[in-house]
Amino acid sequence: MAEPLLAVDRITHRFGGLVAVNCASLSAMEGRITALIGPNGAGKTTLFSIISGFLKASEGTVRYAGKDITGEPAHRLARRGIARTFQIVQPFAGLSVRENILVGAHLRHRARNTALAAAEQIGRGVGLSDLLDRPADTLTVAGRKRLELARALAIEPKLLLLDEVLAGLNPSEIRDIVPVIRGLCSRGTTIVMIEHVMQAVMSLAEHVFVLAEGSVIAQGTPAQVAADPVVIEAYLGHGAAAKLGTSHGR
Amino acid sequence: MKTLAPIVAVIAVLAAVPFVVQSNATLNFLVVSLMVALAGQGWNILGGYGGQYSFGHAAFFGTGAYVTCILQVRYGVNAWVGFGAGIAAGAALGGVIGALAFRSGLRGSYFALVTLAFAEVLRIIASVAPITGAGVGTLIKLDLGAQTFQFQSRAVFYWVILGLVGVSLVIARLIERSRFGVWLIAVRENEDAAEALGVNARSVKSVAMIISGAVTAAAGCFYAQYFLFVDSGIAYGTWISIEALLTPIIGGVGTVFGPLLGALVVKSLGEGAKLVTGDVPGLDLILYGAVLVLVIWVAPGGLIGGLAQLRKRLMRGATRAAASTQGAGHG
Repeated sequence: MAEPLLAVDRITHRFGGLVAVNCASLSAMEGRITALIGPNGAGKTTLFSIISGFLKASEGTVRYAGKDITGEPAHRLARRGIARTFQIVQPFAGLSVRENILVGAHLRHRARNTALAAAEQIGRGVGLSDLLDRPADTLTVAGRKRLELARALAIEPKLLLLDEVLAGLNPSEIRDIVPVIRGLCSRGTTIVMIEHVMQAVMSLAEHVFVLAEGSVIAQGTPAQVAADPVVIEAYLGHGAAAKLGTSHGR
Repeated sequence: MKTLAPIVAVIAVLAAVPFVVQSNATLNFLVVSLMVALAGQGWNILGGYGGQYSFGHAAFFGTGAYVTCILQVRYGVNAWVGFGAGIAAGAALGGVIGALAFRSGLRGSYFALVTLAFAEVLRIIASVAPITGAGVGTLIKLDLGAQTFQFQSRAVFYWVILGLVGVSLVIARLIERSRFGVWLIAVRENEDAAEALGVNARSVKSVAMIISGAVTAAAGCFYAQYFLFVDSGIAYGTWISIEALLTPIIGGVGTVFGPLLGALVVKSLGEGAKLVTGDVPGLDLILYGAVLVLVIWVAPGGLIGGLAQLRKRLMRGATRAAASTQGAGHG
């Protein structure tokens, strides 16, 4: 089996006395969509922040494209091709949509003209064509999520970390954006997504890791983890799987 | 070239002023206003575009002024070389303060306080160190001539400072249009988001601080040549820290022409108040404070931002009026 593009090995992170991530390992194969799910407070975003260089892990290593990148700062990882979106969207509020995307586009294009052209193309690709000249802070939630995605794409990433890009969207908005994500993957971008919208996880991801209380408790195909009693217990509480099983039996 | 056309036009118009205005008092007023505009542009590059609000730009102004003075008076260096050295010293000081402040991750009011502290420490050192002339200050000997950068005519000084302001406008414009500028503005808007997009926020801010220090130091160098005297209260005094941040904030923070417009408005108000009430000490500062409160209240984007808003509102009003008349026509 080929080496995964991203390999997180026994990462532990403590906020003071609180262990947010506890010896978690996961990997993402190149060109695939991998999902990271788990109940609120499981440490998913913390793990993303460690992978993308915003937090330094207390223990463990992160390998990317065959290199140990543990502890490298965020801006350098972005240059290496790791892009992330933020769960709580972080637009450059005072700038237009186009200017927001331009910031990312400049990483690969020094000249203003080519960077502007790239920004426009990416904006259109995620369905922001009509909003390019709007101030970013006037966008709706769905628009902001798209902008978050567009900005991350502007740095032409090899690995894209999506932190709940579907959260807060209505079903029709989700239907609109799912093909965009699938299209990215088919063009060769490796994606790791944190997601609560299970319908999207089931349809997009090939492999799922389940994080609960900082530890990876299960992994496998979406169908496997959805049926895993350990996963059901993590979401619904101790004994839930057994109760569900008996109710099914009757 | 198209992007520089407004700057060329503004500078050309201002360059004609000495042919119309002969009064020394008026020219002197304009020279000082332009000097403050230059210092303000330095602040604007770091504060306006980069969002790093400094309360201590006197550190750069004073360093430029003192280096120009001391090199000439104590080491016999040519005035023009001294001028260049003063600018370089401002850039270097910007690099040092930037490295210290940004390495420790100081943001917002903590950054402002550190810059204020630097300016104050430099003022205190300058007021006791023998090399600066301590409490007495340093006087550049009067020796008129192009070689000594001393001119009989106010008009020549006016054109010199106008040229420097022109250069600072071009620098601001080029920054705006460059990748560095886009990244600097991104850091101002959201540092984490910028980092996620590959922007090394610390180095971007440090470079901005170096450019900022050089530009404000140039204003200090000019002060020394124009008044031929510097002491610690002038060079490192809070007056210039205040004027350097007041002019861009009132004129339009993070805009090319904001500092120039702000300087002309602020200085005119100060002079106007003096004409009305006589020379009451501190009155100009009270006035500055009042204008600052008013601008932040009415137009947080400064005069330029306020005008843009007004224009947008008028245009929207015009389209709405047009639409309603059209609608009425249809009805």
